[in-house]
Amino acid sequence: MPGGALARFRICDFGGVLAGAGATRILSAFGAQVIRIEDPSNQGRWDVIRGAPPHKDGKPGLERGGGFNNHNAQKLGITLNLKSERGKQLFRQLVSVSDAVSENFAAGVMARLGFDYERLRAARDDIVYVSNCGFGHSGPYASFKSWGPIVQAMSGLTFTSGLRDQPPAGWGYSYMDHTGAYYMAMALLMALYHRERTGEGQWIDLAMTEAGTTLNGPALLDYTVNGRPLRREGMPHSNRSQWPRMAPHGIYPAQGEDAWVAIACRDDADWTALAKVVGEEWTGEGRFADLDGRIASEDSLDEQLAGWTRRSDKFALQARLQAAGVPAAAVQTPPERVDHDANTRAWGLWPEVTHPVIGKQRIDGLPVHLSETDWDFSHGGPLLGQHNEQIYGELLGLDAAEIAALRDEGVI
Amino acid sequence: MSGALAGVRVIELAHERTSFAGKLLADMGADVIVVEPPGGHATRAYDPFLEDRPGAERSLYWWHYNTSKRGVTARMDAPRGRELVARLAAGADVLLEGEDPGQLVSLGIDLAALRAGNERLISVSITPFGPSGPRSAEQATDLTLLASGGPVWSCGYDDHSLPPVRGGGNQAFHTGAHYAVISLLVALLAREESGRGQHVDVNLHAAANVTTEAGSYHYLVDQSIVQRQTGRHAMPMAGPPSQARCADGRHANTGVGLRSPRDYAALAEWLDSAGLAEDFPSMDALREAAARDSIDAMRARNDPELRHLIQAGRAALTFLSEQLPAYELFVGAQQRGIPIGVIYSPEEALDDPHHRARGFAVQVEHEELGRTYTYPGAPYRFDRTAWKIQRRAPHVGEHNAEVWGSLGVSDEELDTLREQGVV
Repeated sequence: MPGGALARFRICDFGGVLAGAGATRILSAFGAQVIRIEDPSNQGRWDVIRGAPPHKDGKPGLERGGGFNNHNAQKLGITLNLKSERGKQLFRQLVSVSDAVSENFAAGVMARLGFDYERLRAARDDIVYVSNCGFGHSGPYASFKSWGPIVQAMSGLTFTSGLRDQPPAGWGYSYMDHTGAYYMAMALLMALYHRERTGEGQWIDLAMTEAGTTLNGPALLDYTVNGRPLRREGMPHSNRSQWPRMAPHGIYPAQGEDAWVAIACRDDADWTALAKVVGEEWTGEGRFADLDGRIASEDSLDEQLAGWTRRSDKFALQARLQAAGVPAAAVQTPPERVDHDANTRAWGLWPEVTHPVIGKQRIDGLPVHLSETDWDFSHGGPLLGQHNEQIYGELLGLDAAEIAALRDEGVI
Repeated sequence: MSGALAGVRVIELAHERTSFAGKLLADMGADVIVVEPPGGHATRAYDPFLEDRPGAERSLYWWHYNTSKRGVTARMDAPRGRELVARLAAGADVLLEGEDPGQLVSLGIDLAALRAGNERLISVSITPFGPSGPRSAEQATDLTLLASGGPVWSCGYDDHSLPPVRGGGNQAFHTGAHYAVISLLVALLAREESGRGQHVDVNLHAAANVTTEAGSYHYLVDQSIVQRQTGRHAMPMAGPPSQARCADGRHANTGVGLRSPRDYAALAEWLDSAGLAEDFPSMDALREAAARDSIDAMRARNDPELRHLIQAGRAALTFLSEQLPAYELFVGAQQRGIPIGVIYSPEEALDDPHHRARGFAVQVEHEELGRTYTYPGAPYRFDRTAWKIQRRAPHVGEHNAEVWGSLGVSDEELDTLREQGVV
C-alpha cells in the first residue's frame, strides 16, 4: 500500500511529551499524516521536552531534545497560535480537511481555546476527537494535574511494584505515559474504523488513571469478589508470582556488581529441571517437592537459590537454565539489550532516523511486524514550524506573502 | 448503541498471552470466540479463585481476562477439532494466537493456509521473542520478559543491594496485548482499502524494550545508563526523593517539587491555614521564595541562597506529608495547583471518590451464581460506541452448541464429539 496502511488519514495533533506524542508516533510509523501543532508564542516550550536532555554529542538546544526526537519521529510540525482569531480560523480550516484531532492537555484547555468537541464538529461533522489526561473531563478531580508517576500512584500501579517490608518501589519511568499513549492510539484507530464503516465521528475521553486501574484486574476481583485487599501484611511482593502461583519465582543475585538473574518455575517439571542444574543437596528436601511446599518455604527456598546464583555470571545462568527448559533471563542493562541482544537486533528494533539538526539517531522502533503494511521510521521529529509552508501553502492554499504575514503577526 | 468493533469476528486460541488482547476487542463490541481445549484452558487454574476454592468456573483471573467473549472447546490435535477451528477461521476477520513458535504447525494448523482460504483474514501471533529470531526457542514468563527487556533494570530502590523489581500485574502481557490490538486495527483499516488481510507478529520482549522511556533513549542518544531509584524515574544521575510516607502510613508521590513562586506562596498559605506554620522551621525561606520573581532550579547549582529556598520548599512538602494523611495531602496540594498523588493499592483506586463519581467500576451479572460482581470499567470513554462488558467470561464449552451448530454440527454429532473428547 503506497505510503503505508494509514496514509489516507490526517491527524491534527497537540499531543505532547510522551503520553500524547507516543500515540501518534505509532500512527505516523504506519503512514498517517500526523501534524504536530505547537504554539509559536513561547518559542517551542509548549512541549517541555522539546529541548530537554539527553542531547546527542552533548550539545543542548531547543531543536536537540533526544526524547522529543524519539517521540515525534515521522511527524510533520507546524506552529499555530490558537489564542489569536486568525489562528482559530486557520485551525478550523485545518480540521475541515483532517480526520482526527488528538491532545493531552489538562482537562478544559481545548475548550478554553475555543475547541471543545461540538465546536470541532462545526468545522468537520465526522471528526474523531481523542482527549487524554490524568483524570478525565468530569468528576471531582477534573481540574487536578498529573503526569506519569502521579497516574501510576493513583491507579494502584506504584503500589503493586515493590518488595515485602519496603516502601513502594513503583515504576522507574512513566509506564503510564507509554501505556496511556497505547490506549490513545487504540482509541484513535477504533474510532476511525467505526467512522469508515458508518460515517460517524465521536469524542473519546481518556482518563489515564482509569486506564491504569484496569491493569490490576485479578487483584481487583480478589477484592470485589473475595473481599481481600492487596494492602495487607506481607503484600505486595511483586518479584514473586501470585497469579498464577509459581515458586521459585524471583530476581536473584549473580556474580558481579549489581548483576541479577530472573528465574521462574512455572510448574513441578520446571522445578525438577532447575534442581538438576543446581545439583545441590537442599533441592531434594521434601518441603520443596511440590508447589504448596515451595510457597510455604519460599523465603528459605529463595535464600538457597540465591546462594547458588551469586556464584555465576548472569548470562551463563540464563544459558544453563534455558538449556534445561527453565524460564530464566539476565536483568539486562540498556547497552546489553540495545547493542548486544540477539532478539532486538534481529527484529530491527532500533531504527535510525535523520533529523535536520541532530543528524542520524537511533530511536525506539515498534515491537510488531505486519506482513503487508509494516511500519517505517526514517525521519526524526520536526523542527518548530518546519512544515508551515507545506501545510499552510500546499494544503490550505495560502501564498508565500500570506504565510510571511502570519509569521510577522505571530499567528504561526 | 453498539461497540466500535461490532461485526468484527475474532477467533482467539486461548493462551495467557492472548487473553487480554481478546478482552480489549470484545469489550469494544467485537464477537470474540475463545477456543479452549476440552475441559478448559490452563489459565482457569490461575489464582485467585472465588471463595479461594479452585475450579474451572471459579478463577477470577479467567473471569477478568475473558469478559464479553463466547467460549467453545475443540481439541486441535484431533482432525475433526482442527477442521472445525479452520472453518471458524474461514469466516473470521481476525485469528489471535499466542503459542510458542512452531506449536501450531505441529498441531497441523497452518496460518498461511488459513489466510489462503480466507483472504480477508488477519492472523496475529503473540510470542515471547518473535516467530523465528535467534532467541525464539527460549522459555519465558512475564518476569523473565521484563527482566531481559529493560523495565526491571529501571525499577527498585536507592539501595542497590536490594534486587531490582518487577512491577506487578503481568504487565509484559498487557504491553504485548496493547501492541497486538493497535497492529490488528491497522491491519483492519488497511483491509478496508485492499480487501486483504495479512499476518501480524507481536514480540513481547521487543514490546518491553520500547516501553522503558528514558531507559532506552538516554542510552541511544548519549550512551548514559539510567540507575534505579526509590519511587521515581531511573536516571543517569541520582535525583531528590519524590515519595513520602504520610501520617496515616500510606505513601504519596510528591511529584517534581515546586516550580514557581506561586507554588511556594501556596505552600506557605497552606501551612498557615492548617495551623502548622509555627512548627515548620523554614517559614521565612518559604515566604522569601514566594516573593521572588522566579525560582529557576537550573540556576541553583551556583547560587547557594536559591538552593536554600528550594530546599525549604522540599522540606515543606515533606513536613506536610508527615503531618497529614495521604488523601488530605493529595487534595490539599492539588487544590493549590501542586501535582501530588496518593499511592493507592488497586482496591483503593477502585474505591476512589473521583472514580466513583465517574461511574468507573461496573456490575457484571453472574446469573449462574445468582448475583452480580464489581469489575474494573472502561479504560476510555467513547461517546457513541461505548466500551461495555457484554457478558461474564464463558464457562467451558458454553457456546459449543451455538457456534459449532452454526457450522452445521448437529446435536447428535456434538454429543459424539463430546464423548470422544474432541470438544
